[in-house]
Amino acid sequence: MKEMKLVSKRFGKINPLSIDEYINFDGYKNLKKALKMEKTSIIEEVEKAYLRGRGGAGFPTAIKMMGLAKETNKEKFIICNADEGEPGNFKDRYLMENDPHQVLEGMLIVAYATGATKGYIYVRGEYQKSISLLKWSIDEAKKNGYLGKNILGSKFNFDIEVRSGAGSYVCGEEFALIESLEGKPGRTRVKPPFPTSVGLHNKPTLINNVETFSTIPSLIEMGGLEFAKIGTPSSTGTKLISLSGNVKHKGVFEIPYGVPIRDVIYKLGGGIEKDRKIKMVQLGGACGPIIPDYMLDMIIDYERFEEFESKTGAGAIIVMDERFDLFDILLKVVRFFQHESCGKCTPCREGHIQLANLIIKFIERKATVKDIISLESLARVIHQASLCGLGQTSPTAIISSLRYFRDDYIDRIEHPQKG
Amino acid sequence: MLKELLEKYEKKEDLLLEILLECQVVKSDHFISKDDIKEIADYLSIPESKVCSVLSFYTFFSDKPRGKYIIQVCKDIPCYISSDVNVLNIIEKELGIRVNETTSNKQFTLEYTSCLGCCEAGPVMRINDKIYTHLTADKIKAILSEYRVYM
Ligand code: SF4
Ligand code: FES
Repeated sequence: MKEMKLVSKRFGKINPLSIDEYINFDGYKNLKKALKMEKTSIIEEVEKAYLRGRGGAGFPTAIKMMGLAKETNKEKFIICNADEGEPGNFKDRYLMENDPHQVLEGMLIVAYATGATKGYIYVRGEYQKSISLLKWSIDEAKKNGYLGKNILGSKFNFDIEVRSGAGSYVCGEEFALIESLEGKPGRTRVKPPFPTSVGLHNKPTLINNVETFSTIPSLIEMGGLEFAKIGTPSSTGTKLISLSGNVKHKGVFEIPYGVPIRDVIYKLGGGIEKDRKIKMVQLGGACGPIIPDYMLDMIIDYERFEEFESKTGAGAIIVMDERFDLFDILLKVVRFFQHESCGKCTPCREGHIQLANLIIKFIERKATVKDIISLESLARVIHQASLCGLGQTSPTAIISSLRYFRDDYIDRIEHPQKG
Repeated sequence: MLKELLEKYEKKEDLLLEILLECQVVKSDHFISKDDIKEIADYLSIPESKVCSVLSFYTFFSDKPRGKYIIQVCKDIPCYISSDVNVLNIIEKELGIRVNETTSNKQFTLEYTSCLGCCEAGPVMRINDKIYTHLTADKIKAILSEYRVYM
């Protein structure tokens, strides 16, 4: 099995600091193509391609674009969400550091098609290198007429500004991110209204992830129908996978949707170090499910991942071998969310503390059957009663482990700590 | 004192985070003091309470003086499972401080960080803006002595 490189085709092939190298490698040619197209037909291509958001939730990009395009405000914004804060995800960093102009080109095409007047890239504060590379690339693009007024001699004006996050996991969520861009604490708002009608500074705003914007130029180049031929019916195109943990070759790999997880781990990742067995794999990051070895033949696509009700679709695969203990890992997951919770709603603020206490009982082999039940119901409450994505997805690891690693739980109960 | 820094920015409220971030980076003790808060609030014509609410929300900001070099160790799962060593313990021993403490000569502060997006190269730490990957006990000691001797 080989990678299929659409979005990552320039990785390592060009100097990311050089706009000339980007241009010589098909760069900005799809912007030129788009500027000659009808705005509506650009959106139609995206619709035919059935492109879905690469940030994890998988919302159809064309619907967001139509939403923004129909708004008649003078000012409309697009935001590139580069707040890749989910542990185990680093493909957006690769995109920004290896091919920053591709991100800009994708934003430009979307802005042109929707009539957006200004763009922001909200990069997590930890990504200092991405921030400086993007700022540099924006300056270069301006000097060369790809950004600013009358882009490439057209009537299209558009500018992009880079903004930094300041260490907050919840700001990856659309409304929290908007609040943060407005210079406020990143607390979520209640939906609706959706950002495409009332977003940044109360103006219509479209938010997409770095990978989604980066995919747009290839999509325009191929045309929607060709693009849709790649992948599976529910998930078209390619996906960047961040592969980490106990595999031989870690890194970012681009695959068409539909590839089994096992192939990514063994064929692209070269298998497990020292040929150990896989104990568990976490998908998507801290908010994703933990699955056992026998489920690794599951293919990567939105439909399969929807079952887990989390942002599994972001494409992280974290492999853990047999040396690791389920409960130790679960405790780390819960502590992560306990720390990142913004504290606005009670189930999330208090719930994670309780979850941690319950898991510690399993670690110390002091748990009883009652604790399994409490763990399960508490996880469900947090999932259902939380206001934002953090609390809604944080219990996924626990819920999935209760389903797939029942034996580990039973073992702890049947073999209690002596004395 | 912040005057020069502030004047680079338009007086727009939404630039508050950017201003605070830069302010904290350029100050050698890497924190936002009461005086800074007042100066920034005045510059943007917003209440000080607004600045404070932003400061307390984001984990990057500190309201206490920190060392010249802030060492942040990634504590998330991908780094954890690819570590053969306990990075934090080694640094604690080397510097004689615990996490969230500063050395008495004000050179180093030790902190945790969430994932730095370098999970393929873990374990990872960062010192101010520089990221160090594939850490081993020897590598950590070498990096620290470099900072102690040359910086
Ligand atoms: S679910 Fe958690 S992070 Fe989200 S708003 Fe509620 S308390 Fe804050
Ligand atoms: S988990 Fe340490 S850098 Fe991602």
